[in-house]
Amino acid sequence: MALVEIKNVHKRFGDLEVLKGVSLNVEAGEVVVLLGASGSGKTTLLRCINHLETIHDGEIKVAGELVGYTRDKDGKLREEKDAVTSAKRARIGMVFQRFNLFAHLTALENVTEAPVQVLRVPPAEARKRALDLLASVGLKDKADHYPHELSGGQQQRVAIARALAMEPRLMLFDEPTSALDPELVGEVLETMRRLAASGMTMIVVTHEMSFARDVADRVVMMADGQVIEEGPPAQLFSAPSHPRTKAFLARIL
Amino acid sequence: MVFDSSAFFETLFSSTFIVPALTTLGITFVAMALAIILGFGGALAALSRHRALRWLAQGYLGFFRGVPVLVQIVFWYNALPVLTDNAINLPALIAGTIALGLNEGAYMTEIIRSGLISVDPGQREAARALGMTKAKAMRRIVMPQALKVIIPPTGNQFIAMLKTTSLLFAIAVPEIFSTGTNIYSQNFKYFEVLFVVSIWYLALTALLTALQKMIERRFAARPRRNTAILAQEHG
Ligand SMILES: Nc1ncnc2c1ncn2[C@@H]1O[C@H](COP(=O)(O)OP(=O)(O)OP(=O)(O)O)[C@@H](O)[C@H]1O
Ligand SMILES: [Mg+2]
Repeated sequence: MALVEIKNVHKRFGDLEVLKGVSLNVEAGEVVVLLGASGSGKTTLLRCINHLETIHDGEIKVAGELVGYTRDKDGKLREEKDAVTSAKRARIGMVFQRFNLFAHLTALENVTEAPVQVLRVPPAEARKRALDLLASVGLKDKADHYPHELSGGQQQRVAIARALAMEPRLMLFDEPTSALDPELVGEVLETMRRLAASGMTMIVVTHEMSFARDVADRVVMMADGQVIEEGPPAQLFSAPSHPRTKAFLARIL
Repeated sequence: MVFDSSAFFETLFSSTFIVPALTTLGITFVAMALAIILGFGGALAALSRHRALRWLAQGYLGFFRGVPVLVQIVFWYNALPVLTDNAINLPALIAGTIALGLNEGAYMTEIIRSGLISVDPGQREAARALGMTKAKAMRRIVMPQALKVIIPPTGNQFIAMLKTTSLLFAIAVPEIFSTGTNIYSQNFKYFEVLFVVSIWYLALTALLTALQKMIERRFAARPRRNTAILAQEHG
């Protein structure tokens, strides 16, 4: 059983159909890079996986469980209780393009907040673990800094530590480096590389082709709300089969 | 014009205004507490995804901002007993406090609503992505940041409320101003008495302003940086 099972997912915003029957499985330990032109639905797909967005058809399971829905006796999907979905979400890490660190909390407090508030980890233990995590992303000395006192790259590394503090079984990254100055991209990618090497299951939306080439087990190409092609990076980059993949790669490489 | 300084000082230093001053302060705090609670409810309703709740908030806002507060005060004290065949017949103090609180709630709704929308939606998203329920994300992440925007205008509303309580003289609540009117209607020293009344309001306003400054300083308090880590950084 795959860790993430996405089956024929449809998503609309008003009249606009943004996901038109997306299916994708991600195995535990796998690193999948999502590629696609702007507006192809990459962000929306990530947000459906942890149910920050509802879906209109199909289903998404993480670790064998539906996220955000329960199935009625007659097979229909029903929205489940906020508390139940929240508990499932707690085990799915998400890293945002614009970091979204909690502005009123220090780096350390950003990392301890959810473990203490959601998982009920004792504060002292959460603090110790948070310091270890901050050390592992190279930011132990910034523990008492507020987000506005950190560079973009440092903020994003704190955001990764914050997500990891929940001991997620899956990490979702939505263009984690595209809001960064070029010289800060490397430190964040390096953190992600080490995370991938540690065996974390990751779904990563990125335009960093070197990361996709070196780290991804599989690259998935999206266009107009559908998966049009997927394969190992070596194959997809050297011999893309779909014309739109070719066009996309020609533009970006 | 002759300024009757002996009447002035006599009124100023008499103990007549102590209880009314406490009454004024009490009405102010209770009415504001009511308004803040209503304001939170109103703001959440105004930002709700349920249309009926948004309409309710709109209606509340529109009504209470449109009808003069003096009309509302008289309504609660004089019209409500008639309307309900005396089933509801509130003492002036309570009727007046409710009227002021309900009316102020409309303004607090707007203040709290703008505080809430001033917080980047990404903050709530991140909280939700970490497994916080909607209520917890609101309480732990959104509200503390919104408070920085909500507190300064709320302080101003407090001070405005202190002065608005004087309208309750219309239903004979024994607050500062109505106490003054009672005095000058007997001794006809309008100016001297109003002077004293003003001094009392000024004193209470100064008190609330000091309180406001203190609270704002606390909430604007920035980094309580761990000095050990600072030393390490620069050392
Ligand atoms: N909340 C929303 N309401 C309405 N339309 C939306 C919303 N979010 C996304 N869309 C639309 O859905 C489509 C897909 O958006 P999405 O953000 O998933 O694309 P993307 O592949 O992540 O693009 P990008 O590379 O620019 O981030 C776009 O046309 C976008 O305008
Ligand atoms: Mg996107």
